[in-house]
Order: sequence, then C-alpha cells, then structure tokens
Amino acid sequence: MSGLWQVMQRTARLMVGIPDYDAYVRHMADHHPDQTPMDRTAFFRNRQEARFAGKNGGKCC
Amino acid sequence: MTRHLPWLLIAIVGAFALSVVALSRGETINALWIVVAAVSSFLVAYRYYALYIARHVMRLNGNRPTPAVRRADGLDYVATDRTVLFGHHFAAIAGAGPLVGPVLAAQMGYLPGTLWIIAGVVLAGAVQDFMVLFISIRRDGKSLGELIRMEMGQVAGTIALFGAFMIMVIILAVLALIVVKALAESPWGMFTVAATVPLALFMGIYTRWIRPGRIGEVSILGLIGLFAAIVYGQSIAQSPVWGPIFTFTPVQLCWILIGYGAVASVLPVWLLLAPRDYLSTFLKIGAIAALAIGIVIMAPPLRMPALTQFIGGGGPAWSGALFPFIFITIACGAVSGFHALISSGTTPKLIASEDHAPFIGYGAMLMEAFVAIMALVGAAILDPGIYFTMNSPAALIGTDPASASAAITAMGFPITPDLIAQTAKDVGEHSIISRAGGAPTLAVAMAEIFSHVIGGQAMKAFWYHFAILFEALFILTAVDAGTRAGRFMLQDLIALAVPSFKDSKSHAPGMIATGLCVAAWGFFLYQGVTDPLGGVNTLWPVFGISNQMLAAIALMLGTAVLFRMKQDRYAWVTVIPTVWLLICTLSAGWLKLFSADPKVGFLAHASKFAAAAQNGEVLAPAKSMAEMQRIIFNDRIDAALVGLFLAVVLSILFFTIRTCLAARRVAAPTAHEIPAQMVPAE
Repeated sequence: MSGLWQVMQRTARLMVGIPDYDAYVRHMADHHPDQTPMDRTAFFRNRQEARFAGKNGGKCC
Repeated sequence: MTRHLPWLLIAIVGAFALSVVALSRGETINALWIVVAAVSSFLVAYRYYALYIARHVMRLNGNRPTPAVRRADGLDYVATDRTVLFGHHFAAIAGAGPLVGPVLAAQMGYLPGTLWIIAGVVLAGAVQDFMVLFISIRRDGKSLGELIRMEMGQVAGTIALFGAFMIMVIILAVLALIVVKALAESPWGMFTVAATVPLALFMGIYTRWIRPGRIGEVSILGLIGLFAAIVYGQSIAQSPVWGPIFTFTPVQLCWILIGYGAVASVLPVWLLLAPRDYLSTFLKIGAIAALAIGIVIMAPPLRMPALTQFIGGGGPAWSGALFPFIFITIACGAVSGFHALISSGTTPKLIASEDHAPFIGYGAMLMEAFVAIMALVGAAILDPGIYFTMNSPAALIGTDPASASAAITAMGFPITPDLIAQTAKDVGEHSIISRAGGAPTLAVAMAEIFSHVIGGQAMKAFWYHFAILFEALFILTAVDAGTRAGRFMLQDLIALAVPSFKDSKSHAPGMIATGLCVAAWGFFLYQGVTDPLGGVNTLWPVFGISNQMLAAIALMLGTAVLFRMKQDRYAWVTVIPTVWLLICTLSAGWLKLFSADPKVGFLAHASKFAAAAQNGEVLAPAKSMAEMQRIIFNDRIDAALVGLFLAVVLSILFFTIRTCLAARRVAAPTAHEIPAQMVPAE
C-alpha cells in the first residue's frame, strides 16, 4: 500500500516536472562522491526553473 | 495459443460494440457502447500492433542504454519507473485539444468522430508518438527540429522549426479564443478564473519561501481556494456591485488575455506559472478520471443522431463537408503533431529502457484518445437542440431564446425557447446562445454527468463552473508556457540570421522575442474575437490543418529514419498514415484557399466582400466599411497562412523522398543512431 502511495506521489511530482530527489542524491553519491549534492530546496528550485526554461515548456494543445 | 484467447474475447466484444455503434439508426443507443468499442479496440491494438512495431519495425532492444542511462545526471536524464513516466508523459500530451475537437465534430453526429478517433489513433496518432519517441531515444533525447536536421539536413530542420513556431502561434490563439468564448459575459466564470491569479501567487510564495518544494500540501490549499472561488463566484455574479465588474465583452477579454500573456511570460516561473501548473495538471487528471467514472455510473443515452444532415457541409459550428474536414477538426485525440514535440522533449531523457517505449509512446496516446472519446460522448448526450444553440454563430440564430429556438428548430432539431432559457439558468449563466469553442458545450455535458452522480440539479451550476474553470485554467497555463516556448523557438530562428540574438546574457532579445510571440498570437486572437462568424469557425480549421501537418512531418521523419535503418519493407507503418494525413491536410488546405464557396474558401470569401466593398455595399455581418476592410484583410492573412503551411509540408515531403531515395542507393544503414555499444558516460 505504501508502495502504491509512493508511486502516485512520484508520478504527481514528475507530472509537474520535479523528478525524484532521492534518486538524484543516489546518483551524486555513486558518480560524483567528491561533490556536495544540492539540498532539497535548491534541487526543487533548479528543476522548477528547468521545466519552463525553453525547450521543455511546450504543453500540448 | 491459449494466451491469445482473452485478447480474442476482447476483440469480439469490441467488434460487437462497434457494430452496435455503427449500425444502429433511429433508435437511441447507450453511450457505453462507444466506450466499450473504443477501449477494446485500444487494448487489442496495444497488445498486437504496438508490439509488432516494437519487435519488427523498430527492433527495440531492452539492453541498449537509453539517454537516461548513458547520460544520467539525476536532473534531466533520470531512468524513471515506467508507471511514473507514463503519468508524466500523459500529463504533458493531454490538453484542451482532445476535449474541444470532438465536441465540434459532433455537429456531424457521433459516428464519424468515433470512427476517426479509434482508427486514427491506432494507425496514425499512437504510431507517430511512439515513432518519434523511439527516434529521439536513439539520438540522445534530441528535439524534433534537431532530429529532422540530423536525418534530412539543415534546410529541412529549419523549415520544420519555422513550421512548428507558426503552429504554436495558431494553437495559442485558438486556445485563448476558447477561453474568451467561455468567459465573455460570464461574471461567475470570470471571477473564478481571475481568483486563480492571486491564489497562484500565494502558492508560489509558499513553495518558494514558506515550505519550499511542498507541492502536495500547497496544491491541496490551492484546490480548497479554487472550490471556494467557485462557490463564492455565484454571489459575486449576482451582486449588483461586483457582478458588472467581472462582466467583460469578448473584445475586452481579448485585450486582458494579451496583456496577461505578455506579463505572465516574463514573470519568474516560480511565482505564477509553476504553481498554476500544479493546479491545472492535478485538476486535469482528476477531472478526466471523474468524467470516466461519471460516464460509467450514469450510462447516458446518446441523444445526438449517429449522422446529421451536416455531413455534406453547411454545418453551423464549422463549414465544410465530412471529408476532409472531420479529419482536421478532430486533431488531438486521433493524431496530433504537437505530441512529436513532447515525445522528443523530456520523455526520451527519462525512459529507463527501450522496452518501456510501447507503453509510454503508444499507450499514453491511446489514453488521450480515450479522453477524446469521452468528450465526444459528452457532446452527444446533450439534447441536439442545446448543442446547436450553443455552437451556432449569432449571425445565424440571433441572440435571444426565441430567435435561437426558431432557427435551431428549422434546422431539424426541435427546441423550445423555455428549454434554452432554463438550461442557461440551470448552469448559472445569462445565456448559452452562441457559446462556440467547445469548452462551454463540454462544461454543460460535464455538469450533466457530475450532477447526476453528486449533488443533483442543485449542483449543476457549480459543476458547470468547475468544468469551465478546469478548462480555462489549463488553457491559461498552456498560453503562458507556450509563449515562453515560442519565445525560445523564435530566438533560435532569428539567431540563424542574427547570431547575437541567442545571447542569453542580455535581456533585449528575450523581451523582443516574447513581444513578437505575444503579438503574433494576439493578432489571430483579436481577429478571431472580432470575427462576425464566431472565430472558431475560421481559426479551428487552420489550427487543425497545421497540427495534422506537423503530424505528417513527424511521420515523414519516421519514414526517412526507417529507410535509413534499412527497414524499408516495414515503412508502410508510417507511410500509410503519412499519405492519409497528406491527403486530408492538402485537400483541406486547398479547399480553405480556393473553394468557390465563401463559407469554406478564404479567398472566395475575401473576393465576395471585396466586390461588395467596391460597390459601396456593406455585407452582413459587417456593419461598416471599416469592418468590411478588416474581414477582407483577415481572410487574406488566413489564406497566406494556410499557403505557408502547405509550402512547409510539401517541402518536407520533398526532403523525405530525397532522403529515402538516397538511403535506398546505399547498402548499409545510414541512420544517425548513437551506437548501441557506447559505454555510459563517466
């Protein structure tokens, strides 16, 4: 049940352009252990900007 | 063999439902037959045709690293769970298009639209989305323009980019026009939509500083605010002080929207656009789900005939005969070129494995077609008299219930003035006459369905304004986001001539491009709003033609890629829908230009008015010589635009044929794919 809830939550967030923060932290730990990952707030702001900063702003008719 | 049995059963059920829908004449059938026919067709098509394309045509390879794997960065390139990605992709492709087109198409009866949505999505629309997604996945998630440049050359890429920009302009104009048609003279609707602006500002500040990133809780707060706005909207509308303040004429609304578009698209995204995006996305998904449940619970009968007398042309909502115009009126939902931009946008950068591509590319488009089917059902369960009252221009039926009732009854759809007045009263509006554009019609249908499930007659007005708000909200989000996207497209285009225009450090190019973009769609919006024929009549076909042409361009790209992959013997998968779309769009475009019928052909309409103007006559619906001149000017602009679209699609056809012939002459594959064995970055 909590699995389903998590999937729904992640779906809802990605629908508005915010990918999974935990996956980002894992990626940074695996591939860039020397760099400090952005915190949740910075990550959220970064993704919010990126969603509408041009190429991906197109919504369908 | 046994694994095929359930599918065979679904196919039989679907075929039976489809035959009920197609063959019943005279007697009323239940809307659920359409739903069952559509769902079974989609399931079977997904199980067999999508899989066939995946295995044989594209030869998908689940072990081949996708961009999300190869270039993983945790931000833009993230291998995403396929269910989560399906939701993302569906939310990005589903917009107002599949809700409006089928409603307009219902003027010919429910049958043509139903058949075109089902056949169109299975053979063309879903194939296009899937194909572009596949091509982009194999090319690092590049965008449509870049893909065309890679596979067909620089010139073709630039032409396609230019075409996409013009299509964006028309989409924004037509969407804004729908909002104008829905909110004009409707203080209740206007208040609720206006209330979303301060609400979104509050949400933006909340997610920026108070509780950063808490999308869930801020959206719940926002939704509570929205519902409060709908509830209080009624008293606002009835108040002698506030009612008139929120009552606007179409022309006033047009200027408000243009001003809004210009201001909103230069504000920081977190302040207005992002929070409204949350509201509109979640409301859209919720409303679509609620509509599906509502239709199943209510199981309404279809009151619109299967076919009306307008299949030969002469319909009041839009002009032209069944062929080719129904195939461009229902664009999104059956096949939508705009999806090619989404399928080559964020989705290919998030997909975890090529094996997920059929589910996301083909499957999400089937879901969108289902939305279109529901919209069609919505229009078809209304009393046809109400439908035509709402969708005929005032020039034809007048503006009061008595004249409308007389005109619509004369069309063969008997309706009393009382019923027209009562329907307006039920949904809390002054009038429902000539509310073209599809959105108000769908809102009446949704009010009918929702109030059947929750609240009964007393809640009808609430649900009507809920539906209007839901449509207006995501159209406004699209106008805002689209203006930004159009601005970047325009900057790319201008940068081809003036390289410094791409400079992101200085503000001037961005402001100029934004201004040009708003001016471009604002021009067509103003033209549509002041169009005596109702605007939708003129602009929707232009939009349909352009959108289907973009789809043809995307499918031509697919064909070129298949030839370059040396998969020519499977190229029929994209060639058949391409040919069909070319036939429909070229003939529709040709008719819009050169038809001798002034109701259909822009040039014929222009010459009719020009001839009258020369004799000093003023033809209705124009009221002055200045209006005559404006109508002539608008006709010629529209004609030039259609001519431009024809030129774009024909030149891409030329480049496609050239690419395919060149690929035939070479023995080895020439497609520019990223090699499969390429190791992940890092």
